[in-house]
Amino acid sequence: MVLKVFWQGLFRNNPTFRLVLGLCPTLAVTTSLENGLGMGLAATFVLCCSNGLVSALRKVIPSAVRIPCYIVIIATFVTAVDLLMQAYLPALSASLGIFIPLIVVNCIILGRAEAFASRNGVIASLADGLGSGLGFTLALALVASVREIVGAGSLTVWGDLAFKNLNPGPATLAILPAGGFIVLGLLLALMNHLAAWKARRQGAPAPLPVSMDCRHCTLCGHGKEVAK
Amino acid sequence: MSYYLMILVGAVLVNNFVLSRFLGCCPFLGVSKKTETALGMSGAVVFVMTVAAAVTWCVDRWLLAPHGLGYIHTLAFILVIAALVQFIDIAMKRFLPALHGALGIFLPLITTNCAVLGAAEINYKQGSGFCESVFFSFAAALGFGFALLVFSGLRERLAHANPPACFRGVAVALVAGGLLSLAFMGFSGLVKLPY
Repeated sequence: MVLKVFWQGLFRNNPTFRLVLGLCPTLAVTTSLENGLGMGLAATFVLCCSNGLVSALRKVIPSAVRIPCYIVIIATFVTAVDLLMQAYLPALSASLGIFIPLIVVNCIILGRAEAFASRNGVIASLADGLGSGLGFTLALALVASVREIVGAGSLTVWGDLAFKNLNPGPATLAILPAGGFIVLGLLLALMNHLAAWKARRQGAPAPLPVSMDCRHCTLCGHGKEVAK
Repeated sequence: MSYYLMILVGAVLVNNFVLSRFLGCCPFLGVSKKTETALGMSGAVVFVMTVAAAVTWCVDRWLLAPHGLGYIHTLAFILVIAALVQFIDIAMKRFLPALHGALGIFLPLITTNCAVLGAAEINYKQGSGFCESVFFSFAAALGFGFALLVFSGLRERLAHANPPACFRGVAVALVAGGLLSLAFMGFSGLVKLPY
């Protein structure tokens, strides 16, 4: 059960490529692999902690005020990550900028708290948080690697492990804001194509291409509208 | 005066909130299928962001700063914004029912719109004054609304296009957004940015 939940978050329900959630950080911080990994790991930490705490307190929190309670829990962990990063990883903190405090409004985290942690046990919720968080990190790393290789021609991880001259003619467009949209759009199309190919090989009907899917999240009216 | 004009041009065209700062991408892709819904969402965002900037500035200056609580500003801002959105929802329903009919369903979405908290965070980091903060948030929200409206026009055309199967849905919308962002890059260097 726990392993299944973990793998689902990582691949079948990948927050970026299957559910299309949390797009702002996905587009904004993926100019280099380092930034993408830093953002992904920070979000994973917050997701695990908030899922665990929400699940542990699920019988105590009254359902009428559950969303403000989740927001307080998430904002507490985000503040902790923000302060820790400023103290120990100042360079990464400076390049991620306001996107670290903005983890608070990342719909993946509130969505998982509402859809999974508020209904399941602590261990399963931790696994779900870890799976979804690492799925998000993996997606960020993929987008960031493509953008960095195409746009800058190099790949740098933690300053030491650097690959240079991977691409003889770097196209700067890929690391500009416009390139973020285009690269993510092309990668999403590739994922759609792979999913359709896999389904065809198994003889199953082809899955619909992803659209903004907020059905699992009931936070706002939009999710209910989409579900209809 | 020219300073405020510079903030306006900077936030709407040069450093557009969605297309170059990537704040508010979820509503940008989520509610841009029809021009009417895009217009409703833009109106709601302009209203909430301007009020939220005034309230968060007051909270920071008179509540957090005197007690040395600046380190929990994210927590304080998001709670204030969530409460404010609820309050606007209730007040609008009671006093402006016609406006509530048009903007009501977009209000809950705005709590988790990162543009609102993002503008509050930028103002906090800049340490700007009251008028400056409120005007910057207003201009940024206008920029958000402008991009959303232009993009909804593009998407209404896209609905009739026939892209390859794997590009249908969000993928082709993202590529179109990229081209729009590329067009906005033409404005860079237009003004010397105060923000």
